[in-house]
Amino acid sequence: MHGNRDVLARLQQATKSYGKVRALDGLDLSLRAGQVTSLLGANGAGKTTAIGLLLGLLRADSGSVELFGQDPRELAARRRIGVMLQTAGLPERLRVGELLAQARSYYPDARSIADCVALAGLDGLLDRPYGKLSGGQQRRVQFAIAVCGRPALLFLDEPTTGLDIDARQKLWQAIRELVAQGSGVLLTTHYLEEAEALSDRVVVLDRGKLVAEGSVGEIRAHVSQRRVRCITAVAADVAARWPGVREALRDGEYLRLVADAAEPVVRRLLDADPDLHELEVQRAGLADAFLELTRNSDDTTLQQKEAA
Amino acid sequence: MSIIAQPAVHSSWRSYVQEAKCEALQKLREPAYCLPVIGFPVLFYLLFGVLLDKGEGKAAQYLLATYGAFGVIGAGLFGFGVSIAVDREKGLLRLKRALPVPPGALLLARMAMAMLFAAIISLVLAVIAATAAGVALEPSQWIRLFVINVLGVLPFCAIGLFVGSVVGGSAAPALLNMLYLPMAFLSGLWLPLTLLPGVLSTIAPAWPAYHLGQLALKVVGFDAGQPIGMHVGVLAGITLLFFVLAQRRLSAAE
Repeated sequence: MHGNRDVLARLQQATKSYGKVRALDGLDLSLRAGQVTSLLGANGAGKTTAIGLLLGLLRADSGSVELFGQDPRELAARRRIGVMLQTAGLPERLRVGELLAQARSYYPDARSIADCVALAGLDGLLDRPYGKLSGGQQRRVQFAIAVCGRPALLFLDEPTTGLDIDARQKLWQAIRELVAQGSGVLLTTHYLEEAEALSDRVVVLDRGKLVAEGSVGEIRAHVSQRRVRCITAVAADVAARWPGVREALRDGEYLRLVADAAEPVVRRLLDADPDLHELEVQRAGLADAFLELTRNSDDTTLQQKEAA
Repeated sequence: MSIIAQPAVHSSWRSYVQEAKCEALQKLREPAYCLPVIGFPVLFYLLFGVLLDKGEGKAAQYLLATYGAFGVIGAGLFGFGVSIAVDREKGLLRLKRALPVPPGALLLARMAMAMLFAAIISLVLAVIAATAAGVALEPSQWIRLFVINVLGVLPFCAIGLFVGSVVGGSAAPALLNMLYLPMAFLSGLWLPLTLLPGVLSTIAPAWPAYHLGQLALKVVGFDAGQPIGMHVGVLAGITLLFFVLAQRRLSAAE
């Protein structure tokens, strides 16, 4: 179902270097309507550079960059996007309402101020100077600016940094509404649970290259292990020697295991300790998969270096 | 398969108006900008042009011209330079470039604002001159001084913009002051160059501020007698040069 959606923006074999550092190394990336695409990667993996290219802030050394079939530096293309960057630095002396009015003027078919207030949760803030708002309130103003132009494609770079849990949930809700109405979203985040909660598609970058791409489930499947946790008398060093156990750790009264498959290990645990209780089995999360994917490429580069 | 952008039927004039309005509100609400930029030339003029004037009104006329130039140079350098440097550091410039802000809206808004402040400085000085200092000029002279001040702010906007595009927000004010105050003195904006050692008069044409000062002094008949065209040419050249240099720096900077 992913393949036949409209492509809103596309990087093809995009390469960008800063001096000798290759920030992006032949990246292919398509952003589609009605879909949240999460761009994951450690610092320096190339996320910011990829966004910079798609927004027309940077020029690719080679490869092509398209936003609605145009060069992103075309105003007409950018009139169909909304942008929330990691830092905004909006003028502190301006009131929220003035900032919104200014942002609305950039777009041909802007949402009403009331809609923006409802969508971003800005009730009662319109007359407040931006500089007097809390960090979370400022983030919400930035979100309102990003969505005020009814963007077909929304760029959200670390949107929930500095938000409390409640505000974060509300923002997720707003993002889901926009996606349901057909907007595409490019999300970068350090919170993997955020990517897990919102993404239709995850793209993992490492050193400027795409190392994995797929649904959250597909990405998680890169790591087939299960995590087992229970209160038991079985010693960690004993369990560590069982076949199929990758890792065993004692955490207070809990024993924590990482295993290739849960069932044989659980059977053996129950046999070894009839008093075992509080048993929990979890499949690896996106965070584990992410670590695994980027660690693998660490290892390969290491091996390549050793081979060289 | 990709959607081709529908031709956006949207005129940009609302963006330009909004940008200018926000810029104005921001600056007018910032006492740390307004007070020195308007206050210093006014204070200096009151002190040296009105209270200490012993030359039967000649100093009041001379300093009306030169403090006008001094004031608008400050408005140009500080209104542009510092704010661009701060916006660049805080990420606002990056956001504005990513959003569909029509080209040049931010720069045009800032230029309009610098011209507004230049107009305010020019009017306040003119009111003090006409009342407290008893300066009597022909209507055409008042108008010429006003126009010189309002347009004369532009080359210094360009210089301020360039400095702001090169150095950071904390270094820009210090650097601009090092440029502003000595240049004003060496260009004869505080004291007539004839009262200073001759070598300073010789090198004065090297300073952009000198040419604006001379244009203003020509209106009241105290200039050194060089042709108007040269002064205008130098100021126009400086405006163009520094705008181009700054634009390059800003579009290269990520």
